[in-house]
Amino acid sequence: MRFVVRRGIFYLITAWAAVTINFVLPRLMPGDPVAALLAKSQGQIDSSAEDAIRLLFGLDQDASIWQQYVDYWGLLLHGNLGVSFMNFPTPVTEVIAQSLPWTVGLVGIATVISFTLGTLVGMGIGWRRGTWADGLLPATTFFSAVPYFWLGLIAIALFSVTLGWFPASGSYDRSMIPALTPEFAGSVIRYGTLPAFTIVLSSVSGWILGMRNMMVTVSSEDYVTVAQAKGLPERSVVVGYAARNAILPQMSSFTLALGFIVGGTLIMEMVFSYQGIGFLLYQAVGNHDYPLMQGCFLVITLAVLVANMAADVIYAVLDPRTRQEG
Amino acid sequence: MATTTTTAVTTTPTPDGAGTPAIRRRQRLLFLRNAKAMTGLVIIGVFAVLAVIGPWIAPMDPDALSSDVLSPPSAAHWLGTDHLGKDILSQIMVGTRGVMIVGFTAGILATVIGVLVGVTAGYIGGAGDEALSALSNVFLVIPQLPLIIVIAGQLPSAGGLTVAAVIAVTGWAWGARVLRAQTLSLRRRDFVEAARANGERTWRILTAEILPNLTAIIAAGFVGTVTFAVISQITLAFIGVTSVSDWNWGTILFWAQQNQALARGAWWWFAPAGLCIALLGMGLTLVNFGIDEFVNPRLRSTGLHARELRRRGIRPRIGFTPVVHEAEEGRR
Repeated sequence: MRFVVRRGIFYLITAWAAVTINFVLPRLMPGDPVAALLAKSQGQIDSSAEDAIRLLFGLDQDASIWQQYVDYWGLLLHGNLGVSFMNFPTPVTEVIAQSLPWTVGLVGIATVISFTLGTLVGMGIGWRRGTWADGLLPATTFFSAVPYFWLGLIAIALFSVTLGWFPASGSYDRSMIPALTPEFAGSVIRYGTLPAFTIVLSSVSGWILGMRNMMVTVSSEDYVTVAQAKGLPERSVVVGYAARNAILPQMSSFTLALGFIVGGTLIMEMVFSYQGIGFLLYQAVGNHDYPLMQGCFLVITLAVLVANMAADVIYAVLDPRTRQEG
Repeated sequence: MATTTTTAVTTTPTPDGAGTPAIRRRQRLLFLRNAKAMTGLVIIGVFAVLAVIGPWIAPMDPDALSSDVLSPPSAAHWLGTDHLGKDILSQIMVGTRGVMIVGFTAGILATVIGVLVGVTAGYIGGAGDEALSALSNVFLVIPQLPLIIVIAGQLPSAGGLTVAAVIAVTGWAWGARVLRAQTLSLRRRDFVEAARANGERTWRILTAEILPNLTAIIAAGFVGTVTFAVISQITLAFIGVTSVSDWNWGTILFWAQQNQALARGAWWWFAPAGLCIALLGMGLTLVNFGIDEFVNPRLRSTGLHARELRRRGIRPRIGFTPVVHEAEEGRR
């Protein structure tokens, strides 16, 4: 229980830090791009939306910084992130809500596949050291040393432009109307395969390496030797004794890797023009849509925090020591 | 080298006398004799040289237009040209400098912050430790790339060094965390206690007793940060957040993407830059593998090839991990 409370407090602090970074950033920046944009769109933005943007970006010089901070929190707690310049006059929250499910789906599925595959392969390589399987390591290292987006470009060049197996961009067939039909689902899967494949390819090596190194360490532990000496079948030694313990650090590194994976996925969406939150961020940067940019950052960070909490709970379930500690 | 051998020959009363410094030297070079580390260092070295002399030896001005528009590799343009007839080989050579400067500046800055925060937290303990650890954990959990994009996107003009600073400010936390853990375990060791009992000043204990024992970890963290910085910077240039007129490998890819190089089948436009990134990234990763194996002898033996292990009569199985003495092998 103490573990959960401690982590809970930590996530609250992190969420507060993310919001505060978001508050402070535009106030630290030299120049006033937002003011310029507001002046340009004079008369198009209605007064209440303009007030929100002024507040979000600290253009209200009359109020003290503390007052601004309080008002800022007030806006956030009402779910008001301002109005998107790009998709004027849609509120930022609405724009983000449309794209968030796409990202969550893509990242979720790709990450689960990558984690499972990497852990299994790492288990195999770590157990059978000194065989041909060791040759897999340099190959996967190559894929992780390459930036995500370049791998995406190559995948597009190979599989969509040359071979024509998968579409190069988008997230579903634009001629279809989004609905819960098998055709539409098929189209989503067809469009999502290539991005997901690239994410898996570039993130799997981290899991392989981590698991392999843990297997190397764990397989020289006494309890593994004992299990082997008892004459247990190799399969149960590997799965029940070695891998079971080696997987725990994998779980804890999962929480740390998540931010990194999310960053990579955002880039992947930009390359594939996949209509998730990364693509949205990309468009926001390109169009100087500052409220949308900030909103994206905030939502991404909060989503990562939620995923981290989930991973923590799973970890506590898997490892009894964390539960007993308090 | 020649003088040492002659002195060794003339003054060899005991074989031990001449052998000891040789072994010591060999052990110091152990890291360099690691094939992975050496390969990595050579790759990085080549790019470092290119970063210095690249702009001078580039065959053309990277911004010079020519009539060969979008031409594949030829004798005149070894790596072809882009949509305005600019020479891609020259762009890559000139761009290397930007990549290396940003990568290493960010690496150095982040390492300095990481060492300051991590070692301080680990050494002082108590409330200060709690606060500093919480700070680095917060930075670890907040996704870095979106943060970098948001910061760089709001800056009016994001040049190379600004980008390096932003990357360093967001990317120091991992190093700090690892260093803190190691400092924590060093703090109560006998030699540190002895120094403290001798009345050494804290500053001296930190620099003379603790930091030397953290060298390998600091080096590994530095290399990791450089890798991350290189990739982040190129990614930022690729998505057009930073200035698109400064040449680096990401800028080349930005223009390639903007002009549908993929759909036009202009592979020479994006393949070389990507391969350079991959090569540099692999060089850095190899150095880190080398450091890992240098620090952890268990991993050293797993790095050997199957044939090599068999030749030396080692069968890696459960129950033990062969700890290979590399200097031994060198003497054979």
